This record gives sequence, C-alpha cells and structure tokens, in this order.
Amino acid sequence: MAKKDSKKDNPQARLKELGQELAEQIAKGKNPSMEFGLRSLSNVVYDEKTRMLNLGSKTQTRLFFNVGHAKKFMQTLEMAKVSKTLLDVQKHASLRDVFYMAKRTIPGSTINIVDEQQESDDAIEDMELITGASREQMNINANKMGSVAGEVVIEDSGDTINWAKLGSGGWSIPSNVENIQFKSVKAKYIIYMEKQAVWERLHEDKFWKKHDCIIVTSQGQTTRGIRRLLGRMSDEFKLPIYVLADNDPWGYYIYSVLKFGSISLAHMTSSLAVPKAKFLGVTTKDIEEYNLKKHLITLKDVDFTRLKQIMEYDWFKNNKAWQKEFSAMKKNGAKVEIQSLSSRGITFISDTYLPEKIKRQEFLD
Amino acid sequence: MAANEPIAMELAKKQKEISVAEFFTKNRHLLGFDNKRKALLMTVKEAVDNSIDACEEARVMPEISVEIIEVGEFKYRVIIEDNGPGIVKKQIPNIFARLLYGSKFHTLKQARGQQGIGISAAVLYSQLTTGKPAKIVSRISPKYPAHYYELKIDTHKNLPEILMEKEIEWKKDHGTKIEIDLEADYMKGRQSVDEYLKQTAVVNPHVTIIYTNPKAEQIIFPRVTEQLPKEATPIKPHPYGVELGMLLSMLKFTNTRTLSTFLQEEFSRVGAGTAKEICQAAGLNPGMKPAEVTRDHGEKLIKGIQNTKIIAPPTDCLSPITDKELEKGLRKEIAAEFYVTTSRSPSVYRGNPFVIEAGIAYGGEIPKDQTITILRFANRVPLLYQEGACATTEAISETGWKSYGLEQRGNSIPVGPAVIVVHMASAWVPFTSESKEAIANYQEIIKEIKLALQECGRQLGLYVRKKSRASQQMDRMNMFERYIPEIADSIATLAGEKKEKILEGLKKMLVKPDIQAEVIHDEDPDAKLYKMDFKKKNEEEPEEKEE
Repeated sequence: MAKKDSKKDNPQARLKELGQELAEQIAKGKNPSMEFGLRSLSNVVYDEKTRMLNLGSKTQTRLFFNVGHAKKFMQTLEMAKVSKTLLDVQKHASLRDVFYMAKRTIPGSTINIVDEQQESDDAIEDMELITGASREQMNINANKMGSVAGEVVIEDSGDTINWAKLGSGGWSIPSNVENIQFKSVKAKYIIYMEKQAVWERLHEDKFWKKHDCIIVTSQGQTTRGIRRLLGRMSDEFKLPIYVLADNDPWGYYIYSVLKFGSISLAHMTSSLAVPKAKFLGVTTKDIEEYNLKKHLITLKDVDFTRLKQIMEYDWFKNNKAWQKEFSAMKKNGAKVEIQSLSSRGITFISDTYLPEKIKRQEFLD
Repeated sequence: MAANEPIAMELAKKQKEISVAEFFTKNRHLLGFDNKRKALLMTVKEAVDNSIDACEEARVMPEISVEIIEVGEFKYRVIIEDNGPGIVKKQIPNIFARLLYGSKFHTLKQARGQQGIGISAAVLYSQLTTGKPAKIVSRISPKYPAHYYELKIDTHKNLPEILMEKEIEWKKDHGTKIEIDLEADYMKGRQSVDEYLKQTAVVNPHVTIIYTNPKAEQIIFPRVTEQLPKEATPIKPHPYGVELGMLLSMLKFTNTRTLSTFLQEEFSRVGAGTAKEICQAAGLNPGMKPAEVTRDHGEKLIKGIQNTKIIAPPTDCLSPITDKELEKGLRKEIAAEFYVTTSRSPSVYRGNPFVIEAGIAYGGEIPKDQTITILRFANRVPLLYQEGACATTEAISETGWKSYGLEQRGNSIPVGPAVIVVHMASAWVPFTSESKEAIANYQEIIKEIKLALQECGRQLGLYVRKKSRASQQMDRMNMFERYIPEIADSIATLAGEKKEKILEGLKKMLVKPDIQAEVIHDEDPDAKLYKMDFKKKNEEEPEEKEE
C-alpha cells in the first residue's frame, strides 16, 4: 500500500509496475501474487473524529496457483489489461462495456473469463486497491444514473450549462465530475433523494426555485459521480445536504454510504464520503406526525436482518438518535415509502412536508 | 343316467389318476414354458444346466456348443452338445423322456438342476408343439459305441416311447448331444438366450460355450480359468429343515431299527447324545421302532427337534464360485473400470446351508443414467424372470447405496453405471415357483445378501470417492493450464514484455512440487495411490481378453 501514494496520479506507470513485478516473480519461479488491502467489514475501521470509514491494515494476497484464487487472479489481470488499453488510446468505457470486453470464452474450454458483471466490477475495485488509482483514473466509468436541477451554472468539457434551464429531465450527472467548473451557485441547501419519481414531483413543482435549493437524485444506490458532486458542493460551497429516502433499512443505508463511505469502497472514502450529509426523512416519527400509519408495510425477515446489521455498525452503534430511530422501526415492525406522503395530496411533499421539516431543522445526523 | 344311482357314483366313473405328464401338458407355465420366447430360453437353459452339471460331476472342463436354427415360422431347432461323461444306454430314455426322473432330487448337494423335470419338460413341450421326437446321441467312452435315440413321452403313463434306437459313428470320445424342434420365438435383449448364455459365462468362468444364434452369428464365451469348481459332497438333511410329511415318509422307508438310530443315520449333525435330547424333548422313547411312529408322534418329534440345540449343517455340500473366480467372470463379460467381489462364509436357513456371493462392476462402458443392472444367480444359473419378486432385488433396494457412490431414491433400485451380481449357492435354493425364477425372501437369506452387498459397496464407495477426487485434480490441472495463456497475455501487455517468455515460465511451474501440492490440495494422501491402481487395472484387462 506504500506504493499507492507515490504514483497515485499515474495509473499507467502503476499498471506497468504491476506487470513487471509479476513477470519478475515468474522468472524467479515464484507463484505469482498480488497483495492488497482486504475489502470486508472485518477490515473497515470507523474513525470517530472524521466520522468516516477507512480501510484497516489487513491485506490479502491473491495467488495464481491456488485453486480458490486462480480465476479471480485472471479476472483482475484482465481488468488491468483492459484499463491499460483504455489509457493507451485515451478512451473511456463504462462498467458494462468493460464487462463485455472481458466476457469471452477461453479457447479450448467452456470457461468464460467473466460470467456476470458483478465479477468484473469486483475485479475493478480490487485493481483500485492494487494500483492505488481510482476506477475513473483508469478510464472506467459507471453508467449515468442521476439527475440534478437548481440555480447553478457550470462548465463541462467546454460547454456552459445552466441547471435551471434543462426542461423536465434536468441535467444528467456524468460518472466523472472531477473536471466540472462551477460558475455560479445560488442555493441554501441540497436535497438528495433516493427516488427518481420524487425528484420529478419536486422538479415539476419547481421546488428548487421556490425554496432556493438544489435537488439531486440517483436511482437506488448513490453512484460515485453523484457522491463526488455532492462532496464537492458540500466542500466548495458549504451547502448543507439533506437526504430523503424511504423509511426502511435500505433507505438508512443509502444515507450511511453517502455520509460515512461504503465497506467495499472504504479505500476511497476520503474522496467519496460526504460527512456533512444529514437524514431528513422519512423517519419513524414522521409516520405519527404526518399520519402515514395506514401505509405501513410489514417488515420481512430480510428487512429485520438488514436492520440488525445496520444497528450494529460501528458508526451507528454509539449514535443515540439513530439507535432510537432503529428501535422504533424494530418495534413497529413496519416501514413506509416516501411516496406514501402523496396520500395527503399530490403536492403535499413540496408544499408542506419538506418546508416544515427544513424549517424545524429536524434531521438525524 | 340311472335314476336311483347316487350322483357320486356317476362322477366316480370320470375320476381317474392324472399322470404327471398330463398335468404338465395342461400347466406348462408351471415349468416356465409360458410363451414362445420363453420356451426357447427354457429349452436351452435346461440342456445347458444339465450339461455343465454332468461335466463338473465327471471333473471334465465343460465345453458346450449351443446352436439354434430357424426351421420355419416360429419353428426352431435347438442343438446342444457337451463333452460330459455321457449317459449309459439303459438310462437315456428315462432321463430325456420321463418327468421327475433324475439323480439329483434325492440327494442334498448344490447342483444346477434339482427336480429332474427340466430337460424332459423341454422334450414334452417339443412334442406338443411340433409332434416331433427328441434326438439324442450319447457316448460314455471311446471303448463303447455312441447311441442314437429318437424319443417321445407317453403322457398317460409318464414313460419313454422309443421311436428309434441305434448305434452310430460319432466324432466325440464322450459326451451327449440333444436335438429338439419346438415352437418358439427368437429375440435379443433381456431375457433372451444370448443374455442367458452371457450371464452363465459370468458365473462359470471355467466353461467354454460356443453359441450360434438363428442369425448364424457365432459367439464364443471362452473359459478364463482352469480351475473346476470344488466338488460338492452330498449331505443328509439337517433336522431343522425337515417338515412333518417328509419326516413321516423318511420314517416309513428307513432301514434303521430304533428312533434314536433313525435320527443319527438319516440326518446330519445328530449323534447319540443329540438323538437322546431330541427324544427327551419330544417325550418319545428313543428305542421305539420307526414304523410305530404315528402322525401324533411325528408332530411331537418336530417340536422336540425345534427345542433341541443342534449344530449347523456341514457346508461341504456347497461349491461357491469364490470371489476371485467371480471377478474373473465379471472382467471377461462386462467392460467396466472397477470390479469388486465377495464370497460370504456359509449360513443357514431352515436347516439348509447356503452361501451368498456378490460382485459389482462399475463404470467403463456401463450406461450412467439408468437404474443399475442386476444379475441374479442360483447355483450358478442365471435367473432372468420375476426380478421384482426375488429376495435379491429386495435386498438391493433395502441397502443404502448413496454412501457407496450410487444414486438412490428411498428404498429403490439404485441408479448409476453399475452391474450388481448376487449368487446364492445352496443344496436347496428356495424358489418361489417350479420354473425357478426368483429366490424366496427368507429373512436369513436377505440378511446375508445385504451383508455381501455392503462389503462390496464399501469398496465401491472408496473407489468412487477416489475417482471423483482424481477427476477434481485433473480439472484443477486443466484449469491452471487454461488460465496460463490468458494470464501470460495480460502480464506481457502490462509489463511490455514478450508473452512467450512468461508463458514458458508459468508452464514450467505447473510441475513444481508446491504447485502440485496446491492441485492435490489438502485431501486424501492416498489419492495418488489410486492413480496407480487404476492404471494397473486398465493394463490387465486386455491381457485377459486376448484369449
């Protein structure tokens, strides 16, 4: 991991170094191996001071001549090769593209290098640890999955874009936002929501205009591009970020990943986490407050299991407000969706719920 | 009808003795001649069984020729010739043309035929379906002439009817030849003559059979051992096996003077002491004359026998195949990759000693996805019909095969590439019917079969596990080999070096001990041993087939 920082800004050099190391091992007749940080809950450390997840010091060694490692070893190198090719020709590819580049059958066998995208995604994350370069630095991007709207003007690849004038779809957030320049930002806060449908509701109601804010969504789990965008705006413009997610364990975890970082990407927390993010709702208290009881959905076994896991995470364990929230859900044995607010009227969320919550500054932190 | 005569008197005029031959004329299925196809099999079977029995008794290595010729629609001629001791002139008509005439019924020792019905039943069937006589040639020594007979059975009297008898020239020094025409049907497959002879070859590795089927295809089942089966010594019945009727008739015909000497002379394992104990337990006087023993006394005697401890019968009346010879037979007739056989020590059911032998052939050319093939034998004779009713099948179903490497659902016949052989050798095999097709399910017999199967099963299980380990290792080896070019290409691209150099480096490492250890992993250390075994067995096989 010491090598990580020295050549962090030159992924090409690091990939070459990796190749040479392996070639040298083979020349010496040593079982080729790659050593890198272990990506698992057992090796994730929660830093109380920075309130961020960091990778611990445990490492794993991936050997080629090992029954359990051989395939992953091959997949990891395949990704390194793909990345080198992309860097050499200065092109970008999506995770999906890269998956298809690697999805081929080994000659004379029925074995595919990769069968599922999860395999190539995992191999790429391992490459990040091995080379110390981020996926984006290796020219591999995620699919665009989010939208943003608000009184903001930016410059991207030579184009000037006004987020307030992009019609009903808003600006779609690219997976790499490092090279975007903010020209003007007129907003008091940012609302980030889990659901595209809720974003569309707020956008149609011109919520961002009425309340001087920026609204951001992704579909489901927050992409790296969105996390970086929110992180930059939080750092550069000191804008508060409020998270609006379903009232269920999965909604909580969306907040958790955004705020503290994720377990699988703990090695990149410093650039990806947004420690100032706060959870706006929907909270269990809201169910009472906004009369959502008739929309309760009973928790399933998987929900209970996930809830229990989240309760026990280091970064929630000693947080009284959150523990109270978790216990309340456990006691209710039920969850609600954001959209249940629509039962109070189609514009209830933008006219009443959000303004009230923000006015009262009622957040979980 | 006379008016005052009781009806019974009228009926009495029609009542008369039915001869055995007449009875079987009307009940041919009881002897196994149910249909045309089975009739052909039964005819061949009875003649071949008799031939092998005769050769063994004369201590001659059996060499039997079987020829079936199609002579018309559903009409076949069966010609069977052996190199046995031959039959003395006087006995030829009785043996072939008289039902229930034979030497084996009265002695208790292991033999293929038992009741003396077999070959004469074939002659009777032939006569009924074609009207033609059986043609016999037999010679007992070069010093004697060969005798030729044409025989039919007088079904009323159950006596031979001699149509022709003469002395002829014959190339053989000794032996017997029978030619029978019959209504029959020839088909291949299970329950065919072909299958019967093949199975006979499995459990009789000392026999050579030269078989010509109706399609004029000649199949030779060569002998693979020069060892004749051990001679079976006739024994007297054991008291535990005797039933009232049999006991009473024995008492009637005995030459002994007292009950005590009767028990000692006519039964095995009964000495003066045991005879006394039996009589005491029965409350009978050991000195009473056998002729004076009434039915009531007989019943008491049976109870007395049951309440007396008598040692198990002698087992020299048995001639098991032995595990080694059975394996030779299996190897010669079934192309598998693994063979295991076992021969249990003798056991007893109802006073009858018996031995169970079992064997399994696994893998090779045996189909994988079907229920296993069961080969059942009684006294070295294949049993082709009524598999479902047989004690053998019951024992196989009730054995747990999963741990032995075969698939099985509940108590059913297992599935997998295996042939399971079960042989019961006994002076008296308890068949479920006269046509001798299934072994009756005595608990003692089923228990022995299961134990034999378990012995073989354990060996099979070891082999199957070793084989799957070895194949896993091969897979792993192959896996690394497949991955190497991919890895080499990636590393070469990344490092900007030549692929060939890296490729060679990786290939060299494949044979390194630590890499090998990784391939074999931390599993069974004798997995390597297995590879040698396997090779050895493969090498042995062709040698045996070359004969």
